[in-house]
Amino acid sequence: MSDARAPERLIVTGDMAVALPRHVQLRFNKPRDMWLLLAPERVLEPDAIAVTVLQKCDGARTIHDIAAELAEIYTAPVETIETDVIAMMQDLADKGFLTEGRKHE
Amino acid sequence: MSDASALEPDTGLTPGKGTSHGLPVAVLLEVTHRCPLQCPYCSNPVELDKPKSELSTEEWVRVLHEMPDLGILQVHFSGGEPMARKDIVELVQAATDAGLYSNLITSGVTLTRERLDALADAGLSHVQISFQANDPALANRVGGYKNGHAKKLEAAKWTREAGLPLTVNAVMHRQNLHELPDMIDMAVEMGAHRIEVANVQYYGWALKNRAALMPTMAQIEACNRVVAEAEERLKGILAIDYVVPDYYAVRPKTCMGGWGRQFFNISPAGRVLPCHAAESITGLEFDSVRDHSLGWIWDHSPALNLYRGTDWMPEPCQSCDFKEEDFGGCRCQAFALTGDAANTDPACSFSPHHDAIFKTAETEAETGETRFIYRNLAGGTPEA
Repeated sequence: MSDARAPERLIVTGDMAVALPRHVQLRFNKPRDMWLLLAPERVLEPDAIAVTVLQKCDGARTIHDIAAELAEIYTAPVETIETDVIAMMQDLADKGFLTEGRKHE
Repeated sequence: MSDASALEPDTGLTPGKGTSHGLPVAVLLEVTHRCPLQCPYCSNPVELDKPKSELSTEEWVRVLHEMPDLGILQVHFSGGEPMARKDIVELVQAATDAGLYSNLITSGVTLTRERLDALADAGLSHVQISFQANDPALANRVGGYKNGHAKKLEAAKWTREAGLPLTVNAVMHRQNLHELPDMIDMAVEMGAHRIEVANVQYYGWALKNRAALMPTMAQIEACNRVVAEAEERLKGILAIDYVVPDYYAVRPKTCMGGWGRQFFNISPAGRVLPCHAAESITGLEFDSVRDHSLGWIWDHSPALNLYRGTDWMPEPCQSCDFKEEDFGGCRCQAFALTGDAANTDPACSFSPHHDAIFKTAETEAETGETRFIYRNLAGGTPEA
């Protein structure tokens, strides 16, 4: 169960399936009544759309699949959504908060 | 997404302006002051808690289970050396059971592969290992522990093999700043996800050792360049958190995000402190989890309420535009350098003491003093 990482930057693309690594946890916090993303010495506050996206990042669905699902929910062009999702995922990847492929258990 | 870090809380998680305190976000658990290392900049108080006074397993478990309802999200198991507690796996398991995100802050020298696997199984989320230098001889001298560096390298390897993410904690000062580029490379090679480049903050033990540790201005400028270059080159490979030395700063740090505002510390004997150095301020009495619930202490402890908000501030803080941004800097530093914890932190250029501490830093950095006073339960031992 190693998530040993080659020392190179993860570049997020539409055909990639991504997931949160073990040390990055999306949780609903009752006392604050909000979703939070817990990471080493950090707490991120994902907005409602980011939460929806993150809940779909199961390491099996590709970003393209996720964008297609969101396009139906929000009735927006899939290309626009995919661009936004990739940008958000790249930001997480650059913080070290994203892995490619199946979720690490 | 906005980003609230332990160092720069700046979002909706943060209590709004005019609010004395919010829900606590993270807690530093100093489960013991025992430690095999003797680092001269140790963040523990000079007067260490005796092993006999430490909270029991049952007491820690009870306190951990009180935390989620207060809003606490993360706990950092620290010390001293947290692995010195025989029950550390049990404590991590209790944190996991309570629904807390847990981090182990360790020297790494007493870690074994078996204990790391047990910690991973108990739900530990993250490991942070301190490194004193890149050169083993220098690292072992700073830590005052023979062969410590080699053990740390091994512990880092096991951490990654256990599938746990790793942060390298690099504490920097005049005697090791020249090794910073090598330490960053070392972190990449060992598969660390993150490095904290933490310049020493001068309280307690570090204040005793200030002349042997204070960097020169030229070193700090070089350090800034090294960090900026590495951040660019290692984007997506190694996250870098940078703590600057505030004697050379213009604005003070927003210490702990404000006194008792969203973070706190529990000492080995159970006292609730606004930060790990707060006991260096004499005359304050801190409440213990042995006498009160954590929730009561967070809202009612007189020591926590003393410097909350802005009403307590004298000038120049009281009329300052930045008062709700940096809360006048660090109370412990104000006390250590001016004798009054309510004063403006001398790291601030508006403090009447600012020029004097800048000169102190410059002068001490040029002294050539290299001998450490090692940290220990006996009150310190000068280097041979």
